[in-house]
Amino acid sequence: MSFALRICNIYRKIPSSIQGYRQARLLSNDVIQQFQNIVGQDKVSTAEITRQHHGQDESLFPCAMPDVVVSPFSTEEVSSIAKICFQHKLPMIPYGTGTGLEGGISAIKGGVCLDLTQMQPTIDANLSDFDVTIGPSVTRIALNNYLHDTGLWFPIDPGADASLCGMVATSASGTTAVRYGTMRENVINLEVVLADGSILHTAGKGLHPKKTSAGYNLTNLFVGSEGTLGIITKATLRLYAIPEKMSAICSFPSTEDAVKSVEEILLYNVPIARIEFLDEYAVNACNKYSNLDHPIQPMLFLEFYGSKAEIESQVNIVEEVISGRNSTALKWATTTEEHNKLWKARHDLLYAARALKPGSKTKITDVAVPISKLTEILTKAKEEIEKDNILCCTVGHVGDGNFHCLIMHDPSDLKEVETIHKFSTNLARHAQDLGGTCTGEHGIGLGKMQLLEREVGDIGISVMKSIKRALDPHNLMNPGKIFDL
Amino acid sequence: MALRVLVGCKRVIDYAVKVRVKPDKTGVVTDGVKHSINPFDEIAIEEAVRLKEKKIASEVVAISCGPKQCQETLRTALAMGADRAIHVEIPEPQSNTLEPLGVAKIFSKLAKEEDVNLIIVGKQAIDDDCNQTGQLTAALLDWPQGTFASEITVEGEHMKVIREIDGGLETIKVKMPAVISADLRLNEPRYATLPNIMKAKKKKIDVKTPADLGIDISPRTEILSVEDPPVRQAGSKVEDVSELVGKLKSHGFI
Repeated sequence: MSFALRICNIYRKIPSSIQGYRQARLLSNDVIQQFQNIVGQDKVSTAEITRQHHGQDESLFPCAMPDVVVSPFSTEEVSSIAKICFQHKLPMIPYGTGTGLEGGISAIKGGVCLDLTQMQPTIDANLSDFDVTIGPSVTRIALNNYLHDTGLWFPIDPGADASLCGMVATSASGTTAVRYGTMRENVINLEVVLADGSILHTAGKGLHPKKTSAGYNLTNLFVGSEGTLGIITKATLRLYAIPEKMSAICSFPSTEDAVKSVEEILLYNVPIARIEFLDEYAVNACNKYSNLDHPIQPMLFLEFYGSKAEIESQVNIVEEVISGRNSTALKWATTTEEHNKLWKARHDLLYAARALKPGSKTKITDVAVPISKLTEILTKAKEEIEKDNILCCTVGHVGDGNFHCLIMHDPSDLKEVETIHKFSTNLARHAQDLGGTCTGEHGIGLGKMQLLEREVGDIGISVMKSIKRALDPHNLMNPGKIFDL
Repeated sequence: MALRVLVGCKRVIDYAVKVRVKPDKTGVVTDGVKHSINPFDEIAIEEAVRLKEKKIASEVVAISCGPKQCQETLRTALAMGADRAIHVEIPEPQSNTLEPLGVAKIFSKLAKEEDVNLIIVGKQAIDDDCNQTGQLTAALLDWPQGTFASEITVEGEHMKVIREIDGGLETIKVKMPAVISADLRLNEPRYATLPNIMKAKKKKIDVKTPADLGIDISPRTEILSVEDPPVRQAGSKVEDVSELVGKLKSHGFI
């Protein structure tokens, strides 16, 4: 059995007919020609290097290449391509920025990869309505740069400069979720191309009311559907006012002190904008990589939004809470530059962690639990990490009860891989037992299908499958993800 | 001495836009294209506002020269903290041929009228990359200049300027009144908040014309044509070294 397959088998059971690196299925020349007629000859590629690029995201799953990569420009082109795929029963995989973490774009059954990065760069902002409609080629940072002088921004920040429609597909979240929610709360309308090529407007074409109770909530059906129900070609998103902000950090003698502080801060109804936890290993990595000298202890990074007066009242409460938990005094970032430097260090944590063991690969876990259970699960995780001697940095969006263990390991050491796989599966199961979820932000993708069954139960999975069959009877939309039909 | 600061704000095509050349080759497409404040001018405004927050400057006046839409650029400057704005209105197509010398003449005239003692401009505009206005303004006013500033510190009647130069950083001292041109690392500009944008709508924008100031802005250069760079040709693969050498020879490279 090839090495790649063994890795696959550790992560999930894949039939042996599916391989890591594969010869392209010979799509009939007629199909290729039809694609070329729609998008133009230079927008259709069967080159191996292009297909490899489109078969791999930022997860550890080995590359699974599509048979062809097509780059449409408009929704009409996407629809025409879908019609051909529907007719010939070809799998379709929508591709945004390839920054997913769960193998969402792996073409494990081959098929047609629709690279949406060449789509028309639509940005239609309705500033007084606080919403914007964007196309799939628009990334999060590009949108915020466009809006920067309007006083508005789109606050969901998963770290990577992901495509916004990709963020819709994975129901992304990030450091600001504690104040602004996740994608689930911030999508007003979607334009989706379904498996048969029909174009659906989930809340009605061109409509963007702030709220509605008209019919089934189709918009949220597609949020988090990871490309298994349709191809998102437009999204209407909520915008918020750019806040005045201040940031501070503080250190605690123990994880429990840090996490319990967070619970209390939220119970005092402080509208904290960002509250991020770093364990002592993460702080160590951060210091080394970003040239800082924080004390090597669990830390909280806090960001306050509001006018000076509003922030002052928030800070008073926070200071009282944390000093009752043995923390150091709040250290403030006063200028824009200091503020950006502080948060960059936090955002660079993945690279900082990798730098601890150059050449290693990083497994990232993603569980979320009710906040009251956070201390329990973090303590247990720490025990396991130390017992299994795993090199790991833990960082968390503690305001949402969501945290990530960044585990550096040698992917060719099968024993290490297996240990880590056990650890992360047990962690996810523990999270579910505590009333939480196996994935707070990254999605189910390839690796967590069995965990999903455990989480939503038989009836839950059965209902999901019914919906899938209704919208995609031939199982063409990103097959093999979320659940096996 | 409380400084009175003048800041130049040019309205340019937004840096993220994919610029297209007009089919008649007279310029680039600007209709319906997103415009914003020149990024280096944003840095200049930010620095001026910080001086005001430190109580070193007493007033910040933003200026923009061009068609009516320049008022949007000025609103951004006002939302960031400028006190007043002056729009020197130059309609299209005349505004398309406005050159740094014309702008420098306008700035020097206004500097005297507004009795300022510090002018901050961006080091260059991202559309024409001229990097001349600051220097020309200083020359016309016979004021010292600190260009490519990455840090400025007021020390009484002088200003210490750290300049970014090819070899590294150069520190100079200029006596005010002076002209400063802002480089990238001078600061990271704030984002104007919504309340400030709303308040800026009520701040005053004075409109003048070059004629009001008695300035001739006719260009001294003429744009002959604007063209795309040549399309990149596909390369070709060679099988081995001898074929490579053969091709280099046949193309006359060796």
